[in-house]
Amino acid sequence: MRNFRLIGTVAHRLALLVYIAVALFPLYWLLKIAVTPDKLLYTEGVRLWPSHITWSHFRFVIENSDFPIFFRNSVIVSGSTAVVVTALSSLSGYALSRFSFRFKFWLVGLMLVTQMFPLVMLVAPIFKLLSPLGLTNSLTGLVIVYTAFNLPFATFLMQSFFDGIPKDLEEAAMIDGASQFTAFREIILPLTLPGIAATLGFVFTAAWSELLFALMLISGNDAATFPVGLLGFVSKFAVDFGQMMAAGVLALIPACIFFLLIQRYLVQGLTAGAVKG
Amino acid sequence: MASIDIAGITKNFGNIEVLHGIDLDIEDGEFIVLVGPSGCGKSTLLRMIAGLEEVSSGDITIAGRRVNDLAPRDRDIAMVFQSYALYPHMNVAGNMSYSLRLRRTAKDRIAQAVSGAAGKLGLEPLLDRRPKALSGGQRQRVAMGRAIVRQPKAFLFDEPLSNLDARLREQMRAEIKRLHAELGATSIYVTHDQIEAMTLADRIVAMQGGVVQQVGTPLDLYDRPANLFVAGFIGSPGMNFLPGRYDAAPGPAVILADGARIALPLDPGLAPGAEVTLGIRPEHVALGESGGMEAGVDLIEPTGLGIILHLSLQGVGLKAFTADRGVLNSGPSIRVSLPSAHLHLFDSAGNRVALR
Repeated sequence: MRNFRLIGTVAHRLALLVYIAVALFPLYWLLKIAVTPDKLLYTEGVRLWPSHITWSHFRFVIENSDFPIFFRNSVIVSGSTAVVVTALSSLSGYALSRFSFRFKFWLVGLMLVTQMFPLVMLVAPIFKLLSPLGLTNSLTGLVIVYTAFNLPFATFLMQSFFDGIPKDLEEAAMIDGASQFTAFREIILPLTLPGIAATLGFVFTAAWSELLFALMLISGNDAATFPVGLLGFVSKFAVDFGQMMAAGVLALIPACIFFLLIQRYLVQGLTAGAVKG
Repeated sequence: MASIDIAGITKNFGNIEVLHGIDLDIEDGEFIVLVGPSGCGKSTLLRMIAGLEEVSSGDITIAGRRVNDLAPRDRDIAMVFQSYALYPHMNVAGNMSYSLRLRRTAKDRIAQAVSGAAGKLGLEPLLDRRPKALSGGQRQRVAMGRAIVRQPKAFLFDEPLSNLDARLREQMRAEIKRLHAELGATSIYVTHDQIEAMTLADRIVAMQGGVVQQVGTPLDLYDRPANLFVAGFIGSPGMNFLPGRYDAAPGPAVILADGARIALPLDPGLAPGAEVTLGIRPEHVALGESGGMEAGVDLIEPTGLGIILHLSLQGVGLKAFTADRGVLNSGPSIRVSLPSAHLHLFDSAGNRVALR
């Protein structure tokens, strides 16, 4: 019996190890190629680590390319989208969770339908809509488009978090003297911080890595985001892998910082002790 | 403090009417217990008084003011929830002071009110704790504390003790009674537990199927239940019911199914031959006396305080309660009689027929 449990534990840890290795290997390879000197890239064959490393790709990307601009644009677009979507979806998610109103069923259905279209189909109509408004080739335009596409899913995500919060808490607050909005703001929202963090993270990453619309709606480097910029390393005759990977590694940094900031809210269990448990 | 008047209240959920015209006048400072089985509408009625459910028709008046269309926060009532509904992100002091902070009460007055309430409930050492660091009984106290800091017009309790274990429940029950004696606040208390109802209430409102069955003092309901429902619901172990027919001659009596004749203390004025139900509480069944009827002993449950006997009287189940431990050696059968002074009589519709 004890042996059995030991084997189970070992198997469990091994499975986790394999999973982590598989998940992290592409990141490792990204870093490896970013620090491999160009002349060693093809001459050394497949090695886990090059015989000597260089930081020149990073220096080139930072000093001689438009990447700082791309980063700034990406941070602006992803950050604004994440904040706007989270603010809106916490309101709409709360409404779907707590209120009953006419056409609610159809509204939810409609939101679900919007998630079923391949985005490619929508590129032309969206371009046609944004162009007369002067919103093509602008970061604002991108934020609007990303917000529209992420809102339905974020709403469902927030709704599920609100559903998990007992209604008694708002009712208690309302009897204590709060309006429904005050109860929402002071009692329910603080308890939804894990949900807000999850939504922020989800939307931020989605916007951070979005390529299709960024490519179609933006021309020129001034308003380009980082995924578009990455494509710049692919020229007609060659791909500059070293610089491309170095840019990729740099692009991971803001995303990592962002998740470091929100990770403590991602941990669930804040509602423990609210009601009998 | 305030009186609460409820007049002709109905409640519909969709097409289903769950409360059918409730009338109730609650006096200032009175402790009212709404009791009934689950689904009888007692919690719905309480939530309507709190303003958490809309009133379909009828009027609710608190301290002379019609509150039907007032938001919960404008009714100046406090409520203790079954789940306690403590705010998990606030400590005990924060939970208790939230209502006062919403009213922008001065800081020193808040501190005073919180420490006063904490003192009454023995919560002083816990004021900095979060709800999740509290035991069930402590959470319950905080929920009570949150209600009393406000000095509201009325207290509403929605099954506040049903999540506690038996011993703690007993303790908190006494505490609630003590608090009510101390504060003298109008209180409405919902429970499905008839013991809580009996021990706490100034008056009990027994409900079933969205209709008030009887309103009265606990002993009123115990001694003179208005119908079979109240008779069966109040008291534990529950009242025995024996179906039979009324017979007027030679004296007023009930003829049980097996032909046994049980004499009644007075003439209830029923038509001879009418179908009736005879009721007697287990503690009033007389055991081991000469005369009486022979009953089989099916089961003996000693409770320590006394003994519950499950008997069968000519095929009809009958429970008896006695403090006499002699019955433990009574063998397979025992003599029972039903003293006429303790009999209850119900007509064919289940309503009480006065015998006293």
